[in-house]
Amino acid sequence: MNWTAIKAIYIFEMARFFRTFLQSLISPVISTSLYFVVFGAAIGSRIDQVDGVSYGAFIVPGLVMLTVMTQSISNASFGIYFPKFIGTIYELLSAPISFLEIVLGYVGAAATKAMFIGVIILMTSFFFVDIQIAHPIAMVLFLVLTCISFSLFGFIIGIWAKNFEQLQLVPLLIVTPLVFLGGSFYSISMLPPVWQTISMFNPVVYLISGFRWAFFGLEDVPVATSLLAIGFFTALCLGAVYWIFKTGWRIRT
Amino acid sequence: MANILEIKDLRKSYDGGFEALKGVNLEIEEGEIIALLGPNGAGKTTLISTICGITSSTSGDVKVAGNCIRDDFRAARSLIGLVPQEVALEPFEKVINTVRFSRGLFGKSRDEAVIEHILRRLSLWDKRNNAVKELSGGMKRRVLIAKALAHEPRVLFLDEPTAGVDVELRKDMWDIVADLKADGVTIILTTHYIEEAEAIADRVGIIAKGELLLVEKKAKLMARMGKKELEVQLTEPLVTIPNSLAKYELTQTQDKTSVIYTYDTRGERTGITQLLNDIAAAGLSLRDVSTRQSSLEDIFVTLVQEDAA
Repeated sequence: MNWTAIKAIYIFEMARFFRTFLQSLISPVISTSLYFVVFGAAIGSRIDQVDGVSYGAFIVPGLVMLTVMTQSISNASFGIYFPKFIGTIYELLSAPISFLEIVLGYVGAAATKAMFIGVIILMTSFFFVDIQIAHPIAMVLFLVLTCISFSLFGFIIGIWAKNFEQLQLVPLLIVTPLVFLGGSFYSISMLPPVWQTISMFNPVVYLISGFRWAFFGLEDVPVATSLLAIGFFTALCLGAVYWIFKTGWRIRT
Repeated sequence: MANILEIKDLRKSYDGGFEALKGVNLEIEEGEIIALLGPNGAGKTTLISTICGITSSTSGDVKVAGNCIRDDFRAARSLIGLVPQEVALEPFEKVINTVRFSRGLFGKSRDEAVIEHILRRLSLWDKRNNAVKELSGGMKRRVLIAKALAHEPRVLFLDEPTAGVDVELRKDMWDIVADLKADGVTIILTTHYIEEAEAIADRVGIIAKGELLLVEKKAKLMARMGKKELEVQLTEPLVTIPNSLAKYELTQTQDKTSVIYTYDTRGERTGITQLLNDIAAAGLSLRDVSTRQSSLEDIFVTLVQEDAA
């Protein structure tokens, strides 16, 4: 394993993040604050409580997940798409490194950035609502697994995308709706029965439910199922990445 | 000298059936400079890309210092540096960081002394903290070379290093290549500037339509293929060439004041003495005599045309 190369990719990618550190942080902090103002204060004051938790606090895990998932995907997809777009991919392909090392470097950096922003969002939320984290270790575990699996997913999108439009397509058309309909801002139990059943086909429901359980002990689905779901999603992405690695799909002609 | 690069029957076909490389064989000795000449679309870049790992070959074998590029790709690739044809650089990163990145990517631990040496040699040291996008086109090409040298490769591929650069920078590039050769780096460059091959290469390979038509020492190639021309300027224009001179197959300049005799330097006798005697015997008087050696360009054009025919 060429650890020096993995480190080089990781540092180079993180440098991009730190070059635009303020923009990288300010925009998620502002958008989260807006969510709190709109959903927490304006709407939340009429909703009162969900399963004994104030609405403002209830949406925190969903907000963190929403940001972490979109950030993981955009960081990782852009991270590998950009070298393809500007042509610097030649260097990755001609270096004495395997595809696994490329994935570790890019996905590692994307997941770290997403995690960074996730933690900042969580810290921002402390200014608006009073929250206790019931299972901190499980919370970190869910956060890390989500960052890694969605960064892997983003990496695949970045390899697949042939232009900037395609790069935006999956996050906009699939991920954002799934996250919004995945119980970020409500409990699945608040939905009519038909929609509850439909929601069970949305993989994001399992992730948000598990993450929310780590905060409040509340769950839309059993926490073990949540863990299985995220494990399954990670395995699926790893499988796809392995296939890309074997075939050189859209990388090596 | 041992071979640093061995290419055996290398073939590359694309999905559409287009054959970009049709069984290329080539052996390159350590420390030599070889120029691969060919028209656009001849397969020069495909050949380099296949050796460097950017494109996968359909069949055939390439060894770099005995390491197969497929089975021992780590060992093989760590010996190779590649300067691509297109200027592809991370625009917002500092020069020195992109060079450090390249070194790390090739698994070499950080060594500021090496980086400084490379940047100074390429006159980039003063620009080390500039973002790449602030550099001129010529400077960006230098950064590409610095990146390719960052891991101290033994073989350097330069894919059209001087395409679209001005004359001064081209000369600079040639100096850099000469410097690297002095350090024992083997250099394979592709070009369609024949002048470039003529100026810096030890050997010249000519590629057309995915085939290596010929590889030979530059001097030998020019001697073997080289035709010389003798131009005889006459005091009076010559309306028709006398019958006594017909066997020399002379051509005339447009103003009919000169006749041109083409001869082969390989021949034991060039026929010049006889020609001059016959010209004198025909009663023509000479004003001046000059000779001209055909350039690599003429040889190249002849070979590629022969191949097309």
